[in-house]
Amino acid sequence: MDVLGSLGVFLPELALLLGAMGLLIYGVFQETEDGDNEIVPLAAIGLLLAATALVALGGGVDAEAFAGAFRIDAFSQFSKALIFGAAAFAILMSNEERQGSGVRRFEYSILILLAAIGMALMVSANDLISLYMAIETQSLALYVLAAINRDSHRSTEAGLKYFVLGALSSGLLLYGASLIYGFTGATGFDAIAAVATGEEANPGLVVGLVFLICGLAFKVSAAPFHMWTPDVYEGAPTPVTAFFAAAPKVAAMALFARALVGAFPEAVGDWRPVIAMLAVASMAVGSFSAIVQTNVKRLLAYSSIGHMGFALVGLAAGTERGVSSVLIYMAVYIVMTIGAFSCVLLMRRQGGRTESVSDLAGLAETDKSLALILGILLFSLSGVPPTGGFFGKFFVFGAAVEAGLVWLAIIGVLMSAVAAFYYLRIVKIMWFDEAAPAFASGPGVRLGLTASLSAVIMLPGLLFLIGPLERAATSAAASLF
Amino acid sequence: MTDFGDALSIPWLSLIAFAPLAGAFFIILGRATARRVDGGAIAPEALEDVDRNARRVALLFTLGVFLISLFVYVAYYDPTVGGYQLVEESEWIAGVNYKMGVDGISILFVLLTTFFFPICVIASWNSITTRVADYMIAFLVMETLVIGVFCALDLIVFYLFFEGSLIPMFLVIGVWGSKGVKEFAGYRMPSRVYAAIKFFLFTFLGSVLMLVAILWMFAQTGTTDVPTLQQTEFPPGAQTWLWWAFFASFAVKMPMWPVHTWLPDAHVQAPTAGSVILAAILLKMGGYGFLRFSLPMFPIASADFAPVVFALSVVAIIYASLVALAQEDMKKLIAYSSVAHMGFVTMGIFTGTKQGIEGALFQMVSHGFISGALFLCVGVVYDRMHTREIAAYGGLVHRMPFYAFIFLFFTMGNVGLPGVSGFVGEFLTMAGAFKVNSWIAFFAAFGVILSAAYGLRLYRQVMFGELTKESLMTIPDVDARELSMLVLLMAFALYLGVYPHPALSVLSPSVDLLMNTYDAGLLSRTGG
Repeated sequence: MDVLGSLGVFLPELALLLGAMGLLIYGVFQETEDGDNEIVPLAAIGLLLAATALVALGGGVDAEAFAGAFRIDAFSQFSKALIFGAAAFAILMSNEERQGSGVRRFEYSILILLAAIGMALMVSANDLISLYMAIETQSLALYVLAAINRDSHRSTEAGLKYFVLGALSSGLLLYGASLIYGFTGATGFDAIAAVATGEEANPGLVVGLVFLICGLAFKVSAAPFHMWTPDVYEGAPTPVTAFFAAAPKVAAMALFARALVGAFPEAVGDWRPVIAMLAVASMAVGSFSAIVQTNVKRLLAYSSIGHMGFALVGLAAGTERGVSSVLIYMAVYIVMTIGAFSCVLLMRRQGGRTESVSDLAGLAETDKSLALILGILLFSLSGVPPTGGFFGKFFVFGAAVEAGLVWLAIIGVLMSAVAAFYYLRIVKIMWFDEAAPAFASGPGVRLGLTASLSAVIMLPGLLFLIGPLERAATSAAASLF
Repeated sequence: MTDFGDALSIPWLSLIAFAPLAGAFFIILGRATARRVDGGAIAPEALEDVDRNARRVALLFTLGVFLISLFVYVAYYDPTVGGYQLVEESEWIAGVNYKMGVDGISILFVLLTTFFFPICVIASWNSITTRVADYMIAFLVMETLVIGVFCALDLIVFYLFFEGSLIPMFLVIGVWGSKGVKEFAGYRMPSRVYAAIKFFLFTFLGSVLMLVAILWMFAQTGTTDVPTLQQTEFPPGAQTWLWWAFFASFAVKMPMWPVHTWLPDAHVQAPTAGSVILAAILLKMGGYGFLRFSLPMFPIASADFAPVVFALSVVAIIYASLVALAQEDMKKLIAYSSVAHMGFVTMGIFTGTKQGIEGALFQMVSHGFISGALFLCVGVVYDRMHTREIAAYGGLVHRMPFYAFIFLFFTMGNVGLPGVSGFVGEFLTMAGAFKVNSWIAFFAAFGVILSAAYGLRLYRQVMFGELTKESLMTIPDVDARELSMLVLLMAFALYLGVYPHPALSVLSPSVDLLMNTYDAGLLSRTGG
């Protein structure tokens, strides 16, 4: 395919890229004293929505671009829609942040746009080189985002930590990629798949595969590669944390699926135990460590580690059903996550924001609707039916059972019972405990709407949406096989 | 069956199940539109209106649902047919359909549910004073979920309702539970919180294993349709672990010894109406699950492990009765007596005989009336004295003659006195057990004796003796509101006890059908 034709299928990304450049120039010339800008975020949201629309319009495409380096198919379209949506909400959430926390600087929106472009490339990457480039595009933007609150020690620390560990994981990933290239002589996924067949996999290739998996596990923050997550989540400004918890996870998980299923379809037996171990470790670390957390953001960090474990259960199945269940899980997960972080952003006190779990005490007395919304989201996060979180777990465990991984499903459901405990603890604090001072009411309309929207989707909405979502995810997964 | 035309044009079961949600919606609407003071809180005088409206809306809807369910039963339900009736089905997710339907087994539980919820609303009328609107919403949501459990004919739909019903009950115990502090693992916490979390985690942990079993069945057969799966023969090896997975869930729910420990805590801490629902309805979901799923779907495993169930049941009957004998707290005593009575149910179900199963079903319905009424009785004096300690009472018969009579009636019903519904169930389950294994029936019979011991001890200490306690000198007798509820329950318990035929005849065709499936499943093993 010629270069121009390749550009055609990248219309959403190109729109975002040109828009981001334009906004950057506009922002520089229109800069206010404190660096805040009202226009840029709105324009960025508009761009993201337009890109989502373009993705939706290009629904049925199945094309390769740049000589097979990228592949645009239903799978990448599905993931892109999730990523762009999450990015749009991350910008929306920043808009009601207080002045001077960095996220109201216009660069914030632009960095999110650039990260979204990187992620869009990640989910379509079909070659080890394009995979690495896409990951770095995304990561560089994310490192800066973590440290965007320049005046805060914690934010700076978060950025630095993220950068150092991210660089390490990139190194692992590159090393794995070079081994794979060395043993197969190819970088394209299809070419690797053609070589990596047969019963007896080359040990060198397997080592390379494991390194690749380790590098990717860093990006989805699966245990035991999760160390950076709690610190970065806690240190970064909350809208940034919300973004970190949502979009990059989808992108990395989709990349994970495509790299394993696309490049090593015959070697399922080699990578399945690794993924299953990662899943068990993540579920255990996420569930048990979250129990003792007192900071909401740290708690949500461990919760996201646990959720990645649950999603990896679906991936470990390695089947079409497995991949579609991962997509469903991620879709449900980002809606819950964005809702939960909106609630965290609404926790305001006189003189600043609070992040302590105990500040939620008696919320049901002081702010009934927030308590109800957060309650629904917490039940959904713990996977209690009939909330959306249950359907996510239903599909991933179903795929695992179908693939014969009954033991993994049993560990999974037991871990979800452990996880239910710490979510219940927050529900208990909100509903059963004596009321703490009420949160200050402030500008929070958009956050409130975001939170209630996600709660509505999670409880009554998903009962109706789950059918279409399942069909979309199934056809997306089918394009990988 | 009276002919009211084509029943299928209206999805009656969904209507019954989801009507309470509409009530909850109205209460939310009422609160959302209430007048507010600056800062967003509802004005105090407006709050009273909101609370009053919430009570009325809840009563209206629960009563309405009861009347509709009664109407549907009279008009459209054919008690001579054993199969599923009033079936509704619509497509949902691939392989999983939203399917509702009732048979002779479930229709009784649906009616029991719709009957008890208005009673609970009335019972909470004056005793709940904080967050009334929330409380009523929780109950209405719970009613929807519980009716859904009994109507669902798809495993996934069933699981949704079954697990979902934990959430409102969790909140009811945790928010409106009684005072008191519990030391646990070095932490001090309100005991209602301890009870609520224990309730949730026990039942949740039990059910997640069932989820894996459901997923496995789904993967094997490609469907979660209950009638289809009841006809599916799973290989004996698979039946074993599937049976245990379902057993884990239902045994906790029942609750069977030794996983019963959440129940006394939950009962003691829950508000009166919460205890009533828990005893009368939520426990029945376990027995219902055994009958609907374990027996017809895994007949071979059910027969193989019946001795285990018998042993656990007998232990439950005797052990729980002995524990009940030593209780200082009225609610705890009734809770342990519930565990013992549920032992009869599990014993009856797994005899695999018609008598045993019908007895178990009858025992569940009857226990619903009697234990529900006993918790209401405790609620009557608790509302007045704010204590459930047996020692705090004595000689109540002198001040509360009506109450003493009602309490006596239900105590006797709990003991299993002939003429009250409790007798029929215990008799039938033991008769069924006797056919299978006379020793089981022999030991279970001790439970009857022990129940008389703890029941009469409770009655003597609370009712008889001199009225010496200062605080009890002015205690008023039951009022009209309480009397109306209790007399209604008495009438039912008496009617079922004297003339059990109508209830049994509704059960019978469906139990026959169940027996056929069960026996055919067993034959398939011996046949090859």
